[in-house]
Amino acid sequence: MAGHHNPEFDNHSGTDVTPPQTAIIWRTFWILAGITALEFLIAFTMPANTLRIAIFCGMTIVKAFYIVGEFMHLKHEVKSLIWSILLPCIFVVWLLVALLVEGGSIFGLR
Amino acid sequence: MAATATTDATTTFDKKTWMGGVEPMNASYGKLMMWFFLISDTFTFSALLVTYGLIRFSYPAWDPAIHGEVFQFSNLYWPIPEKVYNSVPFFHGVDLPLVFVGLMTFILIFSSVTMVLAVEAGHRRDRADVEKYMLWTILGGLTFLGSQAWEWSHFIHGTDQGTIIRELVGGEWIQRTIFGANLIENQYGPPAFADLFFFITGFHGTHVLSGVVLNILIFYRTATGLYDRRGHYEMVEKVGLYWHFVDLVWVFVFTFFYLV
Repeated sequence: MAGHHNPEFDNHSGTDVTPPQTAIIWRTFWILAGITALEFLIAFTMPANTLRIAIFCGMTIVKAFYIVGEFMHLKHEVKSLIWSILLPCIFVVWLLVALLVEGGSIFGLR
Repeated sequence: MAATATTDATTTFDKKTWMGGVEPMNASYGKLMMWFFLISDTFTFSALLVTYGLIRFSYPAWDPAIHGEVFQFSNLYWPIPEKVYNSVPFFHGVDLPLVFVGLMTFILIFSSVTMVLAVEAGHRRDRADVEKYMLWTILGGLTFLGSQAWEWSHFIHGTDQGTIIRELVGGEWIQRTIFGANLIENQYGPPAFADLFFFITGFHGTHVLSGVVLNILIFYRTATGLYDRRGHYEMVEKVGLYWHFVDLVWVFVFTFFYLV
């Protein structure tokens, strides 16, 4: 699909026609598709336990890395922008852990 | 960092720094604001997903030793997602766990790819390519929305058999069969499970809907040549950021709602 670009195509500006640079985009797509397919495989072959949850979380973070890093181009931005997006997310992780513990203790009290 | 510009010999007052000539973090104003909007939206979605985690952990999980060897829907314990989301359109009564939601995931990832291809075409100022890929992205978004509408409809109407629940009404235990789910009762599990399903997938679906509207706007403005006249296709990038974010949220919803 990446190679369907028409070489004699006119880009309306009348200037140089640069060829599409889509190799990295398709590589990222195949990585994302592969991880999702692997997630399905694990969902049906592995018994539900803490290890499986950890694997799913890890794979989700890898997918998030590729979407944010390549598709949203954050990987190629300046460091200060990268950190101002990433650092606030640490608080989200903290909130997640804190409230999961809280949920567990509500379960214990019921 | 930008105040040390070498263009002006007298560095007492660098006009460029304060008159909008400098882009902080090497990103344009619009892109930067989109990033900060997205980080605030991240917090909203995180709050919803963390709430899901909290409520799920506060309910018992299905345990074969206590609740019976064969899994059945009950409002006493949290359901297994594979047993809830196992229907596919045109395959009525066939147990196909997570197949449809997996298809939806691929549709959204694919529309993200066509979006990034549109952004790439915008860098080349190739109007026809931007139009083509924007149309594919819009199509992907609409297909996803349609799939979600079907999923909701199935979830609301329930299975053929329904679930028999016992409840205390006026001091007496009565049994009745409930079908599907709404905000008050839920055949698949505790009512909170359906509430969270409607709220989280609904909030995400609203984002997809507004993304599709924005994409249509961008397509229209591309097709009428506005960005050609402007000389750059940065609007495609900004809306692209939003669209990828919607895809990103779905990746998390998919994991925490359907897989774990």
